[in-house]
Amino acid sequence: MRDFRIGLAQINPRLGDIEANLEMHLEYIETARNAGCDLVVFPELSLTGYFLRDLVYDAAIDPYGGFLDPLIAETGDITVIFGFVHHTPEHTFKSAAAYVEDGMILHIHHKVYLVPYGLFDEGRYHVGGDTIRTVDGKFGRQSILICEDLWHPTTAAISAIDGADVIHGISCSPGRGVAGGGAELGSISTWRDLNKIYAQLFTGYQVFSHRIGYEDGVNFPGGSEVLGPEGDVLVRASADREELVVADLTDSALRRARIKVPLRRDENLELVLRELQRVFEERYV
Amino acid sequence: MSSAGSRAADLAKRADAGLKLDTGLAKGILTGFIRNELGKVGFERAVVALSGGIDSALVCALASKALGPKNVLAVMMPYRTSNPSSRADAEELIAQLGVESRLVDITGMTNPYFDRQPDISNHRRGNVMARMRMIVVYDHSEDFGGLVIGTSNKTEILLGYGTLFGDLASAVNPIGDLFKTQVRQMSRAMSLPVSIIDKPPSADLWEGQSDEEDLGISYDEVDRILYLMFDERFRLSELLEAGFPDEQVTKVYSMVRRNQFKRRPPIIAKISDRTIEREFRYPRDWGL
Repeated sequence: MRDFRIGLAQINPRLGDIEANLEMHLEYIETARNAGCDLVVFPELSLTGYFLRDLVYDAAIDPYGGFLDPLIAETGDITVIFGFVHHTPEHTFKSAAAYVEDGMILHIHHKVYLVPYGLFDEGRYHVGGDTIRTVDGKFGRQSILICEDLWHPTTAAISAIDGADVIHGISCSPGRGVAGGGAELGSISTWRDLNKIYAQLFTGYQVFSHRIGYEDGVNFPGGSEVLGPEGDVLVRASADREELVVADLTDSALRRARIKVPLRRDENLELVLRELQRVFEERYV
Repeated sequence: MSSAGSRAADLAKRADAGLKLDTGLAKGILTGFIRNELGKVGFERAVVALSGGIDSALVCALASKALGPKNVLAVMMPYRTSNPSSRADAEELIAQLGVESRLVDITGMTNPYFDRQPDISNHRRGNVMARMRMIVVYDHSEDFGGLVIGTSNKTEILLGYGTLFGDLASAVNPIGDLFKTQVRQMSRAMSLPVSIIDKPPSADLWEGQSDEEDLGISYDEVDRILYLMFDERFRLSELLEAGFPDEQVTKVYSMVRRNQFKRRPPIIAKISDRTIEREFRYPRDWGL
């Protein structure tokens, strides 16, 4: 991996207003550039806001249709990851994230695991993705996973086995769980555990780019963070305001972590495939 | 295998732990909520119907914290039979917070109607007073340039213990996801007057009225049952098997079910292909 500086743009987009939100992205890209960032990561559905409901159809875009040109034009010296609703040529709508570098969209991830339970209604509006891929950007191999994707550890495992040195987790996770006596929200403390365990067990950088603000009365509690390959928190954003936070990611940290704990090297993919194939045949066919 | 009694005690303990708030976190979210929900519709002022009870006192304190005391108007609306101590408590809170206040006695505007309804029951009188207060507080919200902040807690909303278009009416409600016992925790954390926190809860619609006597169950007990039944999704049968009293569990469940209509907008007869709230589903923030 090439050493690089990452910025997390913890923003509060306006629900359904993609023009205003595009402006907000351009401002944060400029802020990140001024902070010396090589890459800036926005949260899930950063271009649209989260609880869109029927606004999905109006806020969705064709990423190759011209609307994103002002953003794409900014990516000569800074790579951008952001979230949007992908209006496909078949007129389906997918929760998506794009990796844009050197004036090109190099990769689009479609959220695989939509959330159809609790306070969520994604299955009504979106079609889930059916691939988990990495992207070879100029800093090395990375992957993007969107919120609920990460609650299925298999997605992160596939990314790591595929060689991603950085997993960019982008999220809009409503704050809930103020009871029970914890020092932080139940929903946030689960993310902390998840990020730390993934960073440690997959011995890579784990990014959590999260929303801030309120939508329809629901609070998004921020706390975006970057963890190093030993589970160490490199930077953590506030729980109550929009901001850009920055961390430096080094190949040296990956090298040292993987010498100390060579979990990645020792992964037995042949065994995993064989056993999963057996489980699939016994239980799913 | 533990006995039914001890299983009920274990579940009660679990409920008490689950109901215990991190009051600092909750305060941050709720004050942020008030600022945000008002701010995005272009308001920075709030109006609260202040009864002297704990719910409206907490809402007033949260609004004051969120917006500054000079941006909060507490409207006291006693009726002739209201307990004088309610007003004293309300005034103590107003002095403590430094919020703006107005006193509107509703006796003179309510009695002419009551005089024409000779057989009116306590229940009907209570509803009329609640709706009269709604009229007054909404009128003063226009004059003060603030939004009406709701004061119904989760326990009341679930049980349907409130008057539709009366005390249940508001623009935004910061405490509708707090059970009554959590309202008490928040009120202690925000150092509200002890007399407000410690007095027996009452809708104060007639002399000596008590919520817990009306409901036939204490708030501690009802909150445990509601929490286990709805937040933790235990089956009714599991609570009964664990040893919770049948009459309490069944009564609470049936009150919640019977009052579902109070938690929903009026039902619309479906005719078209795209009916409001069925296929026409936009976020509330759409309008902003």
